Amino acid sequence: MRDKSKVKSQKSKAKSQTLKLDSRITLDYGSGGRKMHRLISEIFIKHFNNPILRKFEDSAELEIQKSKPDYCFTIDSYVVKPIFFPDSDIGKLSICGTVNDLAVKGAKPLYIAVSFVIQEGMSLPSLEKICASIANTAKSAGVMIVTGDTKVIERHSQDQPRPSRIKQEIFSYEQGRGEEIIITTCGIGKILPDFRNPTLSAKNINIGDKVLINGNIGDHEGAIILARGQFDFKARIKSDCAPLYGLIETLAKAKCRIKMMRDPTRGGLATTLNEIADAAKLGISINETDIPMQKSVKGISDILGFDPLYMANEGKVVIIADAKDANRILRIMKKHPLGKNSAIIGEVIRRKHGLGVWLNTKIGSQRPLLELEGFQIPRIC
Amino acid sequence: MIKTSAKTARILIDKINEVVKRPIKLMEVCGTHTNAISASGIRQSMPKKLQLLSGPGCPVCVTAQSDIDWVIGLARTDKAVIATFGDLMRVPGTESTLEKEKAQGANIRVVYSCLDSLKYAEDKKPAVFIGVGFETTAPTIAGTVIKAHANKIKNFYVAPFFKLIPPALRVIASNPGLKIDGFILPGHVSTIIGKRPYQFLVDQYRKPCAITGFEALDILQGIYLILKQLKDRKPEIAIQYERSVNQQGNLTAQKIIKAVFKTTHAEWRGLGVIKDSGLLFANKFARYDARAHFTIKVPKPKPTGCRCGDVLLGSIIPPQCGLFAKICTPSNPIGPCMVSSEGACAAYYKYER
Ligand code: SF4
Repeated sequence: MRDKSKVKSQKSKAKSQTLKLDSRITLDYGSGGRKMHRLISEIFIKHFNNPILRKFEDSAELEIQKSKPDYCFTIDSYVVKPIFFPDSDIGKLSICGTVNDLAVKGAKPLYIAVSFVIQEGMSLPSLEKICASIANTAKSAGVMIVTGDTKVIERHSQDQPRPSRIKQEIFSYEQGRGEEIIITTCGIGKILPDFRNPTLSAKNINIGDKVLINGNIGDHEGAIILARGQFDFKARIKSDCAPLYGLIETLAKAKCRIKMMRDPTRGGLATTLNEIADAAKLGISINETDIPMQKSVKGISDILGFDPLYMANEGKVVIIADAKDANRILRIMKKHPLGKNSAIIGEVIRRKHGLGVWLNTKIGSQRPLLELEGFQIPRIC
Repeated sequence: MIKTSAKTARILIDKINEVVKRPIKLMEVCGTHTNAISASGIRQSMPKKLQLLSGPGCPVCVTAQSDIDWVIGLARTDKAVIATFGDLMRVPGTESTLEKEKAQGANIRVVYSCLDSLKYAEDKKPAVFIGVGFETTAPTIAGTVIKAHANKIKNFYVAPFFKLIPPALRVIASNPGLKIDGFILPGHVSTIIGKRPYQFLVDQYRKPCAITGFEALDILQGIYLILKQLKDRKPEIAIQYERSVNQQGNLTAQKIIKAVFKTTHAEWRGLGVIKDSGLLFANKFARYDARAHFTIKVPKPKPTGCRCGDVLLGSIIPPQCGLFAKICTPSNPIGPCMVSSEGACAAYYKYER
């Protein structure tokens, strides 16, 4: 389960205990926030419960030979609209997401299985483009696509009305618009010897440890928002979508002592930090002014009323390390192409008032930083 | 750069602390301000005697219960494709929400601009855009209607639930029970309407005001400008947000609003019916009025215990609502103030618990 959710401590959940899951699945059960966590703990875990799954890590540690865990195994589905966006597409995303879930557990991604659910009507050039992108990304991440599956499903006409001539004049329809494909990738990787004993986990972290990130937050979601073309913005943002294994391997080779890693995808940095803090039963404080962010991402999120701390990333990793190792790790990260804007953004603290994550704001006050609830919805201005 | 902004903030906060000698209540009219005040931690750094109260400037929050019910009713008839801003999806109506209706198969589309809703105007089924918003949203919707008119797109309607900010401020300023000492006026709305429509706040009610931007520093500066007017007893409409707002506003936008709409009475949640505070289609465009085209039976609203109305008036802050964070959360909102990213309850829940 990529969603890294966990059954929260009863205390922090007390407030929402009175609530019941809705009787139907609505879209915000897929947002990475609290509803999704509850769906996972109250439905999936209820039925699939076992000790490996229950750890809620990015990928599962498997004991294939009897000893310490040596393999990691994970699966994820990708749905994104539009399927092509600046510098990237759903194909690249489907490989990055899965290899990153392996990489943040300190595993070298080895093999990928891929499944396509294609909606009828998709153009072959679009599918080719996606596959080429999958192949390229897999190559650069050093993984092989070893098995797969394809299904084609019916198109519901009401979902995408066929554009009339007048409407074509008013709106521009680009490649990929209205085409839908769901890609599921499943990956297996081998844990690097340096990350085997102990394996990377929130259990390893202590008060005083530093929190690092390898660059600007919010780029992926910013890129998707702009690529949808629903807003009249001049800005262009590239998705940060990238396989992280190279960066992580560099850190391993340099013998960097890392306690845990996690990739802040859906739900953004804030949600990921909450997951880490809750799993460790500790707190984390971060400094607003230290968090790397592009001006254009800040700009569009201001306009839409989004908080970049909750915006998805696809090429970012949060690293937690001992304070005395942090500066060296930072230096090495900054030399890597995927870590130029790396920064130490905060540290592990004791929990305060039962809450895990605290933000020191730029005007010098402190407030709790909670996990995402539902969707971020653009404001109406 | 970053260091200087923290320093400037400190200086402004110190100055604010210096001038506040008695209990003072300021209202930030706009929901975006409420959100920024919570997110940046401004409230905690204010002197105890200074209260910042949120106002009626959250478009979804002020939309009347009966209007929400009307949309849900329309969704249930299955006679139209409903196009709406995402904000509205989770606002609880008396019996349901649009989100729940959609999950059960209702034809509802979330759009990001009114123009997008034209896409859904099919031959068989008309598209109805749900027009919520203030002076900021109205011009783009007017633009879409003009476009539809020019392109002879017939199967398109707008449900006009628009609201105008100045008439609501008059209701608040004239209510002696509320005792608001000054207004932090919205930057975006003022970019469109300029400064003049607020003049009555000074002339009739002697309320100090500042049209303010949305960065933490803007807001601190806006607050200081108001406090200074209070201290000097010289109320005026100060413009802190000079980089975007000028005296007369955006004349093109004003013109297009005038061309398409006329003012009308409108019902606000919590504030009741306010004279000339809404927009209705002018005669030339009357055929686009969804309310005139579709007859929908609206249920009688049931009391929920939600106190959004009081929140919007600045007479309570969200934690004073008995349901806040207990039963009412963003995942399970009881009122619209917990739904919208501009809603005061959502801001308090997210940032100030
Ligand atoms: S907390 Fe919920 S119920 Fe209370 S006023 Fe706000 S939205 Fe309404």
